[in-house]
Amino acid sequence: MGKILPNYVSTTNACKLCKPLGASLAFRGVEGAVPFLHGSQGCATYMRRYIISHFNEPIDIASSSLGEKNAVYGGGANLKLGLKNVTQKYHPALIGIATTCLTETIGDDVKMLLFQYRQEFMQDGGPLLVQVSTPSYSGTHMEGFHAAVRALVEQLTVATEANGTVNILPGFLSAADLRSLKEMVVDCGLTATVLPDFSETLDGPALRDYPLIPEGGTKISDIRAMSGAQATVEFGYTLPDQLSGGSYLKKTYGVPLQRLGMPVGIRETDRLFETLAEFSGRPMPGKYALARGRLVDSLVDGHKYVFGKRAVVYGEEDLVIGLTSFLAEIGVQPVLCASGGTSGGFVKAIGKAVEGFAVEMPRVHEGMDFHEIGELAAELKPDFFLGHSKGYALARGIGLPLIRVGFPIHDRVGGQRLLHIGYHGAQQLFDLIANAMIMAKQDSSEVGYSYM
Amino acid sequence: METALQERQDSIHRTGEAPFVMDCNKDSLAGAVSQRACVFCGSRVVLYPIADALHLVHGPIGCAVYTWDIRGALSSGPELHRLSFSTDMQEIDVIFGGEKKLYHALIELIDRHAPKAAFVYSTCIVGIIGDDMQAVCRRVSEEKGIPVLPVQSEGFKGNKREGYKAACNAMRQLVGMGDTSGISRYSLNILGDFNLAGEIWLIREYFTKMGVEVVANITGDGRVGDIQRAHGAALNVVQCSGSTMDLARMMEEDYSIPSLRVSYFGVEDMAESLYAVAAFFKDEEMMRRTRELVKEELSLIMPELMRYRQALAGKRAAIYVGGAFKAFSLVKAFRTIGMQVVMVGSQTGTPEDYAELAEITDPGTIIVDDSNPLELSAFLKEKEVDIFVGGVKERPIAYKLGVAFCDHNHERKEMLAGFAGMLNFAREVYGSVMSPVWRFVPRREN
Ligand code: SF4
Ligand code: SF4
Repeated sequence: MGKILPNYVSTTNACKLCKPLGASLAFRGVEGAVPFLHGSQGCATYMRRYIISHFNEPIDIASSSLGEKNAVYGGGANLKLGLKNVTQKYHPALIGIATTCLTETIGDDVKMLLFQYRQEFMQDGGPLLVQVSTPSYSGTHMEGFHAAVRALVEQLTVATEANGTVNILPGFLSAADLRSLKEMVVDCGLTATVLPDFSETLDGPALRDYPLIPEGGTKISDIRAMSGAQATVEFGYTLPDQLSGGSYLKKTYGVPLQRLGMPVGIRETDRLFETLAEFSGRPMPGKYALARGRLVDSLVDGHKYVFGKRAVVYGEEDLVIGLTSFLAEIGVQPVLCASGGTSGGFVKAIGKAVEGFAVEMPRVHEGMDFHEIGELAAELKPDFFLGHSKGYALARGIGLPLIRVGFPIHDRVGGQRLLHIGYHGAQQLFDLIANAMIMAKQDSSEVGYSYM
Repeated sequence: METALQERQDSIHRTGEAPFVMDCNKDSLAGAVSQRACVFCGSRVVLYPIADALHLVHGPIGCAVYTWDIRGALSSGPELHRLSFSTDMQEIDVIFGGEKKLYHALIELIDRHAPKAAFVYSTCIVGIIGDDMQAVCRRVSEEKGIPVLPVQSEGFKGNKREGYKAACNAMRQLVGMGDTSGISRYSLNILGDFNLAGEIWLIREYFTKMGVEVVANITGDGRVGDIQRAHGAALNVVQCSGSTMDLARMMEEDYSIPSLRVSYFGVEDMAESLYAVAAFFKDEEMMRRTRELVKEELSLIMPELMRYRQALAGKRAAIYVGGAFKAFSLVKAFRTIGMQVVMVGSQTGTPEDYAELAEITDPGTIIVDDSNPLELSAFLKEKEVDIFVGGVKERPIAYKLGVAFCDHNHERKEMLAGFAGMLNFAREVYGSVMSPVWRFVPRREN
C-alpha cells in the first residue's frame, strides 16, 4: 500500500487496546486461574472496568499495586506480597502474571523474582505461576492475548504419550463462539483442548455465592498434555511465529500444526470441518450439513438486499479478515479494512480472502485509529460499518448503521452471546446485515412498505 | 471477618463498635483487587468535562483508550472532551524519550481542533523515563498562543486523590487569566459537579432563580474562558469529597475567595446547600426566593416520592462509591425513601469522613475503606442487601448474586442531583428493587 493518508503523530480514538488486557482475558480462560498484573493499580482497574462493560460479569484482575517507592527501587517486594495475598484469598490453581508498561520500563526481572518467590514461599506447594511479558508500547491486546497463550503452553506442557486429542488455539472469540466451537468438536467425535476457554468463566449463570474464581476454563491437566495431541489447529493468519503456541508445540514435541483462518463465513468454516474430518476420519455430521444448507438457502433468499453494498470493517486483524471473507461471499464490497494492529500480514490475508470473488480489493490499513477511519470512510461512501461498538460515534456522525460484532460491545446487551463462527455464526451475521440494509431502506422510504 | 486479608482488618468497621479509627487514605494492598484506579484517573475525571480543551494523554495507548468517552459529562457546546487523544508511545519513545513525539502531537492536534487550552497528562512510564513535559508545554504554549498545561498524573504516585490535586494545580494556572469586569457581587463558581446527565444545568437554574450569577462551572460543561475568570466570583461552592477542594483552597489563598461545601444529592442536602448560599450573601430577598424555590420543587416531587417510599420502606441498601462525601448524602437520601443503609464505603475517604459516617449510620452498619469484590460480596450476603449503589465495577458483583443495583458513578446516564434528581434516584431504586427477575435468582430459591 502506498502512503495515502498523512502520517499522523498523534492517535485519536484508538482502534486497539493494550497488551495486558489481552493477556488477562487469556488467563481468565484457564481453570482456577487468576490474572495478575505487575504494575500500578490503575491499569488493572481500568481493564476490569472495560471488560466488565462488555461481559457484564465480575472479573477479578489482581495487581501488585506499585507505589512511588517501588517504581524507583523495583517492584519485587510488591509482586511477592501480591502473589501471597492472592494465593491466600483466592486459592488459585494458577496465577497468570502479566507485566505492564511500568514494570517493563523499570526493568523488573519477573522471571528471577518468581524464582525467588518459589524458593521463599512455595516450598510446601502453591499455585502454578505462569508469566508473560506484555509491554504495551509494542503491540496491541491481540499480541498480549497470543503471548499469554504461548506462555501457558510453554510453561505448562510436559512431554506425554500420544493421546489422540486435538489442540485448538482459537484466538480471541466470543463466549458464544467458544461454546459453539466445543460443540462442533464433540459432534465430530473428537476430544479437543481449547485454549483459552472463557465461555463459562466470563459468561456464567446467576449464583448464590460470589465465586472466588468462576467455574470453567481449560483444564490445567489438559494443557499439560497438549504435547501428546495428534495435531494443533490454530486460528489466525496474522499470528506471528514467536507468539504462536502451535509453533511451539510443533517445534518442541513435533505436534503437527494446521493454521486456519478464523472460521467466519462459508469457506473458512468448510476448511475447519475438512480439517476436523481429517482428524476424526468421519465426514461432517449431518447436523452441520443441514446448517450449511440452510445458510446457503438463506443467502439466496436475501442476496439482493446486500449485493453491492459497501462496508467499512474494522477491529482485530484476524476477525476483520474473517468478516471480509464472508462479505465477499455474499456480494458485499468491503471498501475499507482497518485495524489498530500492525502484524504486517494484514494486506496479504485480506487479498486472499477476497480473491476469486467479484469484489475489488478493499483499502487495507494497519495501525489505524478512528480518526483516520473516519477520514477515509467519508470518501469511500460506505453503506454500513461492521465492527465493535467503539465505531458508533463515527457511524452516527455519517448517519449509517453500525452492525456490532467482536469486542468490545459496550452499548448493547449480549456482546458475549454474539456468534460469529461456523455456519450458525454466518447465519446470524447474514441476518444482521440483511436486516440492517432492509431497515435502512424502509426507514428512509416515504412509503414504508410492510413487506420486503 | 474471614473474607478480608489480615492487613485489611483495620479498614473495616461496624458502627457502634468502638474505638473507631479507620485505616485509610494509603496505597492499596498488593494483590487485593482494589476497586480504585490511579492518580491519572483522578486527574482525568476532574478535568475531563472541560469541553473546549484538548486532553492529550502522554503515554502508551491503554491509559487513553480506557478513558475514552467513559463519563456521562455533557456539554452544551463543543465536545472535544469526548475524543481520546494519545501519544501512543512506542518502544523507541521509551528508549529515546517521548518529548519530540509529544511536541509534534500537540502541534498537530492544536492545529486540527483549535482548542482554547490543552491539558497534557503524564502516565506512569513518562514519570520513569523523565520526559520534561513542562518544557514541551511551555514551548507549545508560546508557539500556539494558548495555555498548555502539564498535569503531573503518573499513576503510581498515589491514589485518585493525588490526581485531584494535580488537576487542581493545572487549573490554578488558568484562574486569573481572564477579565472579571461585569461580574455581579452575588456570584459563585460551581466546583465539583461534572454535569453527568445534565445535572449542572439544573443546579445553575436553581442559582439563577435565587438571583446568583454562576461564573464558572468547574468542571461540568466547563469552558476554559470561564475558568480563567473564575477569580471574579464572590464564592466557591464545592461538591464531592475533595476532588476540587484543593482548587477552592488555592483560590482562597490566591484571591481570598471563601468556599462552602455543598451536596446536591437528596432533598435534605440539596435544600441545605441552597440555604447556605443564600445565607452567605446575607440577602433577605434572596433567602425568601430560595425558600420559595425549595417549597415549589418539593411540592413537585413529594407525592410521587412518597409512593416509592411506601413500596421501599424497610428495604436494605449498601453503598460503595468513590468519595465519602457522596456517601453522606446517599445515607440521607435512602432515609428519605424509608430505606436502611447497612453498609457504606468509599475508595478514598479520610479518617474524618469515616468518623462522620459512623455518626450518621445505624449501629451495626459496616463501614469500609478501599474494599474489593470478595469483601463487598460477603457484605452483601451478610446484610441481606436489597440494593447496592456503586459504579460499573460494582455492578456485576451485585448482579451475580441477584441483588438490585443503582449506578451512582461517573458513567451514569441518569440525572440524580437536585430535587428532580432525587425523584430519579427513587425511580431507579424502585425500578431495580421491584423487578420481578429477582424471583428467579438462586438467592431467592429455597
Ligand atoms: S500503562 Fe501500559 S499496561 Fe497500563 S493501561 Fe497503559 S498501556 Fe496498558
Ligand atoms: S499506566 Fe499508570 S497512569 Fe496509566 S492507567 Fe496504569 S496506573 Fe494509571
